[in-house]
Amino acid sequence: MAELTRDDVAHLAGLARIDLSDAELDRMVGELGVILESVAKVQKAPTDGVEPMSHPLPLTNVTRADVVVPSLGTQAVLAAAPAVEDDRFSVPRILTED
Amino acid sequence: MTEATIPFEEALAAYDPVLGLEVHVELNTATKMFCGCATTFGAEPNSQVCPTCLGLPGALPVVNEKGVESAIRIGLALNCEIAEWCRFARKNYFYPDMPKNFQTSQYDEPISFGGFLDVELDDGTVYRVEIERAHMEEDTGKSLHVGGATGRIHGADHSLVDYNRAGIPLIEIVTKPMLGTGERAPEIARAYVAALRDLVKALGVSDVKMEQGSMRCDVNLSLMPKGSTTLGTRSETKNVNSLRSVERAVRYEIGRHGAILSSGGKVVQETRHWHEDTGITTSGREKSDAEDYRYFPEPDLVPVAPSRETVEALRATLPENPAARLRRLQSTWGYSDLEMRDVVNAGLVETIEETVAAGATPAGARKWWSGEVARRANTDGQDVSSYAAGLGVTPAHVVELEGLVTAGRLNDSMARQVWEGVLDGEGTPTLVADARGLELVRDDGALEAAVDAVIAANPEVADKIREGKVQAAGALIGQVMKAMKGQADAAKARALILAKLGQS
Repeated sequence: MAELTRDDVAHLAGLARIDLSDAELDRMVGELGVILESVAKVQKAPTDGVEPMSHPLPLTNVTRADVVVPSLGTQAVLAAAPAVEDDRFSVPRILTED
Repeated sequence: MTEATIPFEEALAAYDPVLGLEVHVELNTATKMFCGCATTFGAEPNSQVCPTCLGLPGALPVVNEKGVESAIRIGLALNCEIAEWCRFARKNYFYPDMPKNFQTSQYDEPISFGGFLDVELDDGTVYRVEIERAHMEEDTGKSLHVGGATGRIHGADHSLVDYNRAGIPLIEIVTKPMLGTGERAPEIARAYVAALRDLVKALGVSDVKMEQGSMRCDVNLSLMPKGSTTLGTRSETKNVNSLRSVERAVRYEIGRHGAILSSGGKVVQETRHWHEDTGITTSGREKSDAEDYRYFPEPDLVPVAPSRETVEALRATLPENPAARLRRLQSTWGYSDLEMRDVVNAGLVETIEETVAAGATPAGARKWWSGEVARRANTDGQDVSSYAAGLGVTPAHVVELEGLVTAGRLNDSMARQVWEGVLDGEGTPTLVADARGLELVRDDGALEAAVDAVIAANPEVADKIREGKVQAAGALIGQVMKAMKGQADAAKARALILAKLGQS
């Protein structure tokens, strides 16, 4: 597996909206590198003939009927919002369009 | 900011368009895809939300069974294969319309894939649109941008979000790149979206109202130099939300790409916004690479593995293909192509079907539903069936009216007056005819007297008929009808005239 670079970490931090200082970036390159090395060992395990697993429980088709249950209620919902206007969540300006 | 375009024909002389359409269909389930919140359109803001669709810590999603069934039925109707086993995936992005910071979608394991839809164009040619996949996902919240130009992101200083729509089940239907469409690309795009809308509507799984956003279309377009087989860079125009706009957006993008390429420029892969009012697109955010969404299997949901029995049971519930149904009805009813198209465009197919089933002739059903009532409905801005339903006018009225004509009580012009009375709310055809005193004179003596008088008054015409010029009878029939004040049976008058002049 290719070595994790400082650019990779900066890119991932950007995608995850985590603001890392230069010093933190340097530290994370090392720490994440160690984690990746450890995980890489798992990839060496012989898995021929083993079905990939996406869930610890051997379940499929867990569904519910299409029946309405009461919602939380507007007041309770908005109580959790940092800012409210007209019964809506007020959020900072998103992106510029042009 | 308007960008350069070249005329459509000029772009097509040098380039072949490649079209791809992504259509989102909002299902009409009672509840959201992963929680039991209601999905009522137009409810008070944030009144249909819960910890699950808000993405609060510890909330667990559970899949809506009907959502999966609807997804499978759409897949089957599009001739897709249905996955034996598939999973949901998280599509990670930060945008306030999705409070979880990811959208639950499907990535490399869609529930249905590899299908097609045959689309009939206006001239009867059929274009087969290959379907790449139709997968399940959830809708986002609705943002209202405040400040700056109304409703637009540009210039807004903040946004207000209503999460009622967040989590409503969506099926995203993605076509394979559509090649070889040439100058018909705009028409094919429109016809495909229309055919898809009709199909989904026939399935009854969505309202498919483009104006309400329950069906939304993204248009992917690229050009490649004529003769080339290498796909060009595409643009993705979002939220093109009417059939006419789909056609216009494709046409506009062909001209815009053409202008860039023919001047030696490079098309940027990006999202574009469609402007209904001006008919142009403008640049939006640059498209993230697929890997930037960092898709991974959704750990909170277990795989969906529809048994083959379930799939076959759902296949048995599929309605007749809408296009095939129209062909069948046209041939049963004996309508010309033009008549059928008018009936379809007026939204009269179901009404006529019911009327014929109730006992009317197909010709009669078409005649009465597409005349005066269609004109009044149109003035009122409604479709004929809702307008008629509002008036309490039913297929049975048409059957009754036609019956009065066949029984010889009314002639055509009287029947028209009666129908107007019915539409004016004066009651059933029989009641209207009674109230207005409309009835063909059945007194044969009176008719015979009128015929004798008219023959006597027109000896020259009578001679011509005696000599065999039967068509001359028309003039005499007209006078007989006039003498009878329109209340005579014209066919009977004709028979009587011919008999008296030795021509029967």
